[in-house]
Amino acid sequence: MLNIHIETKNLNVTYHNNHVLKNVNIKIPAKQLTAIIGPSGCGKTTLLKSFNRLLDIRDDIIISGEIIVDNENILDHKGSDIPDIRKKMGLLSQKPSPLPMSIYDNVAYGQRIHNKKSKEELDEIVKHCLKEAGLWDEVKDRLHEPATRLSAGQQQRLCLARAIAVKPEVLLCDEPTSALDPISAQQIEKLLLKLKKEYTVVLVTHTLRQAKRVADYLIFLYFGEVVEEGSSHDFFNNPKDPRTKAYLEGEIS
Amino acid sequence: MGLLNWRFLEENIFKILMIFSILIVVGSLILIFTVIVFNGVSSISIEMLTQTSSPRFYLSKGGGGMLNAIVGSLLLAIPATAIAFLIGICIALYLQRDFIHPGISNFIRLCLDILWGVPSIIYGIFCMTIMIALGMSTSLLFGIIALTLLEIPIITRSIDESIKMVPLGLKESAYSLGSTKFETAIKVVRRQALPGIIAGVLLGLGRGIGDAASILLTVGDSNFIPTSIYQSTAALPTMILNLLSMPDPNVQSKAHAVAFVLLIIVLFISIISRTLTKKSTKYVIK
Repeated sequence: MLNIHIETKNLNVTYHNNHVLKNVNIKIPAKQLTAIIGPSGCGKTTLLKSFNRLLDIRDDIIISGEIIVDNENILDHKGSDIPDIRKKMGLLSQKPSPLPMSIYDNVAYGQRIHNKKSKEELDEIVKHCLKEAGLWDEVKDRLHEPATRLSAGQQQRLCLARAIAVKPEVLLCDEPTSALDPISAQQIEKLLLKLKKEYTVVLVTHTLRQAKRVADYLIFLYFGEVVEEGSSHDFFNNPKDPRTKAYLEGEIS
Repeated sequence: MGLLNWRFLEENIFKILMIFSILIVVGSLILIFTVIVFNGVSSISIEMLTQTSSPRFYLSKGGGGMLNAIVGSLLLAIPATAIAFLIGICIALYLQRDFIHPGISNFIRLCLDILWGVPSIIYGIFCMTIMIALGMSTSLLFGIIALTLLEIPIITRSIDESIKMVPLGLKESAYSLGSTKFETAIKVVRRQALPGIIAGVLLGLGRGIGDAASILLTVGDSNFIPTSIYQSTAALPTMILNLLSMPDPNVQSKAHAVAFVLLIIVLFISIISRTLTKKSTKYVIK
């Protein structure tokens, strides 16, 4: 098998006394696009947010097991290491969430908190990241306008530019196209396909067709359990579990 | 009468009740303004704004003005608001669940709400007791302390409420870029909550500058502009009380002039507050 970037061992998450993730054991290959699919409310987002310890900021949550990233169990880390764990993983959320500042400052934010860079270096990074996210031509003349003036699709690409500006290794995408119009959604999909050459991309989606279009590797979650995982080809053409078959045929959703 | 008609009737009764309540609020606002402005304008003069008071100010034909009270009020309220803001923003940022358990923060919120409800005369008596225990006398210093205590719960809870409204997704974005809790609070949450923070500070300032009871026992009175924080000073609300306690109707009418000035200052604060709040929403995520 390919290089494993993220691996979970017996991961259990309980949230407000709901057992959201049950003994999750998965392996996410490096520099591939892995899609986590499953019906709404089955723990996909929880799984995704456990990878960068974002669950820590929620109330009443109990996590056990191991999440191994680069040969380290990130659940062992305490306090001051957590920003570094998170820095390795960019997040693209369901609803585009730009920071309350200008377009330029959004992209520069990560660099500003992590390194002291000169104005010229910063300009260069911002330009590069916006180009990577396919947004540069649309915003180059209005970099200092509030990010909220952009359309939802542009905001999502801005969030992508902002995420890659901190040079992460992984991109965690939580249904990043669900709030967008079809054309913007397609742009994001194309970007993810381009970016997977450099980053490990984990995409949570509840649309099977999207998973089929973009994913190399699939993880099917159903009520907090991993039902099946495997390469896209095997998953769609030769599902092993009856529940996967039922899901693919649209019998359960 | 059918059920449907009854439902329409119900709706109309509530409509009338709402309109009536609004009329009471707007009506009293207009009335207050008319009474104060009408009485104030007729008894105010330029000298009253440019001169400090003197014992003669409290006499029927005497001259003098309220400049020392205007300056005194500003010297009390502005430092008190500044200190209350610095303390308040620290508490408010720390009350969020990123830093402490919600159980503890809700207990602190309860304490602040109780403090908010404490009548201002209580703060006055409290500060006076301390002042006497320390063997000191009425001064600007103790007035500032009393007003600061009065304003802290107001400013803290207003800021706290506006910070609570910051969407979780925004914090998640900041955290996933590797921000620490402090960076998230100062660079992201603070920006998003800025309109609420400004509104809270100006609410505190407005409350502080108009409060008489807390400074009545702590700042004393004087006919001069204070030159040190250990000196007593006049202030607009206490000057109104002093003027009204005089038997002469001509002196009492001067109280209306002072009230008019106080009203203008408070009005000015709320206009500034509106403008600043609007301006600061430029970058806010809706």
